[in-house]
Amino acid sequence: MKPRRWLKLADEKPSWRELPIAALVLEPGNMVEARTGEWRMGLKPSIDGSRCQRCYICWAFCPDASIIIGGDGSFSVDYAHCKGCGICAKVCPYKAIEMVEEHG
Amino acid sequence: MAKRIALEGCHAASLAAKLANVDVIAAYPITPQTQIVERLAQYVADGELDAEFIGVESEHSAMSACIAASAAGARVFTATAGQGLALMHEVLYIAAGSRLPIVMAVANRSLSPNLNIWGDHTDIMGSRDAGWVQLFAESVQEVFDLTFTAFKIAEDEEVMLPVAVNLDGFHLSHLVEAVEPLDPEEASRFLPPRRVPSYALHPRRPVTWGAVSVPEVHTELKYQLEVALRRVKEVARRVWKDYGELTGRLYDLVEAYRMEGAEVALVMMGCFCGNAREAVDRLRRRGVKAGLLKIRMYRPFPAEEVVEALKEVKAVAVVERAFSPGATAGPLTSDVKSSLYSQPSRPSVSGFAAGIGGREIGVEDAADAALRALRAAEQGVLDGGFTYLQVRG
Repeated sequence: MKPRRWLKLADEKPSWRELPIAALVLEPGNMVEARTGEWRMGLKPSIDGSRCQRCYICWAFCPDASIIIGGDGSFSVDYAHCKGCGICAKVCPYKAIEMVEEHG
Repeated sequence: MAKRIALEGCHAASLAAKLANVDVIAAYPITPQTQIVERLAQYVADGELDAEFIGVESEHSAMSACIAASAAGARVFTATAGQGLALMHEVLYIAAGSRLPIVMAVANRSLSPNLNIWGDHTDIMGSRDAGWVQLFAESVQEVFDLTFTAFKIAEDEEVMLPVAVNLDGFHLSHLVEAVEPLDPEEASRFLPPRRVPSYALHPRRPVTWGAVSVPEVHTELKYQLEVALRRVKEVARRVWKDYGELTGRLYDLVEAYRMEGAEVALVMMGCFCGNAREAVDRLRRRGVKAGLLKIRMYRPFPAEEVVEALKEVKAVAVVERAFSPGATAGPLTSDVKSSLYSQPSRPSVSGFAAGIGGREIGVEDAADAALRALRAAEQGVLDGGFTYLQVRG
């Protein structure tokens, strides 16, 4: 039962003997390594700090836990994991979040 | 040794599960298995069995609950039949693929339409490739013994797979016979509590079961199951040898009856092997050298044992309670044929569907199949095809 982290399986290409029984993921919490931000289709959320009222609504609605609250209480986006779904921009009551061109 | 008691087929399965000291039973009632789980619910209600009985809303949920309980390390039992097994279908794969040693009794029943509550093997054959170990019982005693020993086979570390114990609906599930069960002490000595694996579900040790299986992994995952299933033959032999020493009842993957010098062999599974024995005796009295090969373990298929048992015969008559519409033959016939294909000298094989939807495979039916197969062989026909034996023209 060698590979413990699911994300390594595709890279390590374990033999059937090395694969944990039933390909169980034996180490918890490793989805943080999955850079799902690579799935974005051209648009990413951009937070305008001057409009943001820190109401936490985007944080609550984000399906990928990709709204980061900084030590100073400021809101930013974890682009390594944000899939660009745009829900945060839709739910923001202060129109502080805009979907912008990825490479704009 | 426990004293002999009269027991119905279903209740033999219930008693075996009770003596296996199961932790969880999740089940939904369906004819003809209802008495199995009804009796278990009674054991739990009466305080005779310390187990969680989960009454669920469907068989799909029954197997799902079994899976979760088994993943947490519990010893788990359920039972179903016919449409219930069909409703479980997708979850059966998850039980096997997750390598969970669940034991399930299947009181085999035909599939709709039209509504038929009676016995045949079309239900379990529909789930043939789910990766379960499959055993077929002939008598009520065998229902007890196979169900009880199934836990030991399933939970073997080399195996870790679910086992289906098949008992023909009504003809076996509702048959009352004298049975010699085990004393509770004997039972717990032979089958101690399940050893909980290190990866079992536990709040303190989070493990993900059934994560996404990417193309780079899926082949290896499925192959792992294949290897485990193939190990079952050896493990079952070992378990049944130990069990035989305890009870005096010896079981093997296949069972030969009057196969010495046989020219024609009947190959069958399940309760009508009794009628087939009588057919063999009658044919022998008439000078026809007949024998019977009973298949007790259907998955993994005991190909080597079948080849060994059939190597001297001229003709083989596979009589099965199932069919595979549009295929070259029924499932058992196909397995027997493909097992024999590797042999330089092969007997003529004729396949027959019979005993469908509750119809009996009578002594005359079995004898008829054997004679037809023998005739095909004598005419030089290697492949006797697949015939619906009892269909009216």
